[in-house]
Amino acid sequence: MRRRFFAYPYILWMLALILLPMAVIIFYAFTTGEAGGNRFTLSYIIKIFDMLNIRILLRSVWLSLLATAVCLVVAYPVAYILSRIPSRKTPFLYVLFVVPMWMNFLLRTYAWMILLDMNGLVNRFLVMLGFGRVQLMYNMSAVVFGMIYNFLPFMILPIYTMLLKIPAELVEAAQDLGADDGRVFWRVVFPLSLPGVVSGVTMVFIPGITTFAISRLLGGSQFMLFGDLIENQFILLQDWHFGSALSLMMMVLVFVCMAVSSGFDKETKGGALI
Amino acid sequence: MKQSADRQILIRDVCKEYDGEIALDHFELYVRKGEFLTLLGPSGCGKTTTLRILGGFEFPSSGRVWMEGQDITGMPPHKRKINTIFQKYALFPHMNVFDNIAFGLKVQKKTRKEIDSKVGEMLELVGLTGYGKRNIEQLSGGQQQRVAIARALANEPRVLLLDEPLGALDLKLRKEMHIELKRMQQRLGITFVYVTHDQEEALTMSDTIVVMRKGKIQQIGTPLDIYNEPKNVFVAEFIGESNILPGVMHEDCLVSFSGRRFPCVDRGFARDEPVDVVIRPEDIQLVAPEEGMISGEVLNVVFMGVHYEMQIQSGPFVFLVQSTMKEEKGRSVGMKVPPDGIHIMRKDALS
Repeated sequence: MRRRFFAYPYILWMLALILLPMAVIIFYAFTTGEAGGNRFTLSYIIKIFDMLNIRILLRSVWLSLLATAVCLVVAYPVAYILSRIPSRKTPFLYVLFVVPMWMNFLLRTYAWMILLDMNGLVNRFLVMLGFGRVQLMYNMSAVVFGMIYNFLPFMILPIYTMLLKIPAELVEAAQDLGADDGRVFWRVVFPLSLPGVVSGVTMVFIPGITTFAISRLLGGSQFMLFGDLIENQFILLQDWHFGSALSLMMMVLVFVCMAVSSGFDKETKGGALI
Repeated sequence: MKQSADRQILIRDVCKEYDGEIALDHFELYVRKGEFLTLLGPSGCGKTTTLRILGGFEFPSSGRVWMEGQDITGMPPHKRKINTIFQKYALFPHMNVFDNIAFGLKVQKKTRKEIDSKVGEMLELVGLTGYGKRNIEQLSGGQQQRVAIARALANEPRVLLLDEPLGALDLKLRKEMHIELKRMQQRLGITFVYVTHDQEEALTMSDTIVVMRKGKIQQIGTPLDIYNEPKNVFVAEFIGESNILPGVMHEDCLVSFSGRRFPCVDRGFARDEPVDVVIRPEDIQLVAPEEGMISGEVLNVVFMGVHYEMQIQSGPFVFLVQSTMKEEKGRSVGMKVPPDGIHIMRKDALS
């Protein structure tokens, strides 16, 4: 088939920018550059399981779970309301949720720093109302909050898309058969929206555990996450071997998450990803 | 007219507007208990709107709906003892056949035993015993249709609404379902309100046909009445095929069209009133040219299976004639119409 020709740029792209870097990472993770020449070693992989690193990893997973749970609780009603609004009004509301995504997440996080600072807008407002200043940043809540803020659209959109796809007749059929609004929701709407929930959870949880920068900016140094740890190896410590080993660990973790979520719902087929 | 006690459903002076579009215009109808009533009309005639108002999915802009003496105008769908078979079946894709049929029973919090026996009974009724564990996507269109019927009937509704339920099936299956639906309705004694644009479907199944157009009723009657005595040109054209000619009613039982006078059976028109004359294609007999009331030339002949369909030119008008006897193309023929084959319609009946 001559058409196959059209796939070459993509194959090339994948080779050069995905497979090759992965090979390099694997190479670095299992070799050592010490004492001249590259030698095979497992020392970096073993080093990952150091208590300190494991604690950072668990913290990443925990915060990401927390952010995912809050996103889900917040996003579902929003997506539901959006899906119920007459279609001529939705474009505006839709844009309202999507526009923040057009801005770089660092920029958005810096904006929150200014708002939450001791002398920030929120604190000034509190003082004006007669309350004292409150330290809003440099704690775990601030980190989770930053994650929620940045990832919320990724939870709303797949759920919203899935809800839109549910045919109105199914809701009517359920009502017709005697189900009140609560039962219609729990027996028909919610189960049918689950593929959207699963892709939403995946799309928040995975960026969640790989997050960096948000934690440093809003949480300070005491809330280092796994993403920050990797960043440090490359930028600060120049230890590419250990950085690669940590990255490999992260990739394995992401693959496990994706496998679990695709096992959860085989019908999604990526269809709900916007 | 029967007594009002018979009237299970009563629709009084119902209007329905969608953004200024009138879907139902001062609509009045009653449905008798246990009858098979069909709302028939072209798309946009208001038949589906009427059904959705009965189901509780739409509410009238004005007017009231009664069922068994109770005003149900504003009652939500889940409280009505009415169930619906939807056009696209609307089966729940995340449930198997059993759970689809059991949906209404579970909502009513019936016991496991009651549910099992009722679902079993329903599966048997629609001929799908043993299909309970199947997924919906594994079923053919006809089987999905049967599940939809079973699901609606499991709730033991007093009235069943059917919204063009056979539209997606092929012709053969559709004809089988006509007979089966009618048999089911007679056996269960449930009132059926059926919506369709297919005149054949309406004629074969209904006890009563309501022909609708632009939110108004054109004619109510038995299939035989509607077919044989259409009240206006619209009904005549919509039900079966018709020859419609301009004519003049001279006096009772005497009409002229195609340049000559014909005896007919209609009365009560003004002297020399211009009218529309409706003649069914099968009511025209073909005879020798000298024996006919009207003469013409055969333009073409099409074999339709049971009969031949011929177009016959007579003066400016082309008659459609159905006959089991074949005439050759190009031949001159005579046409005869018995008095009761001529139907006279007032000109203003179709605005």
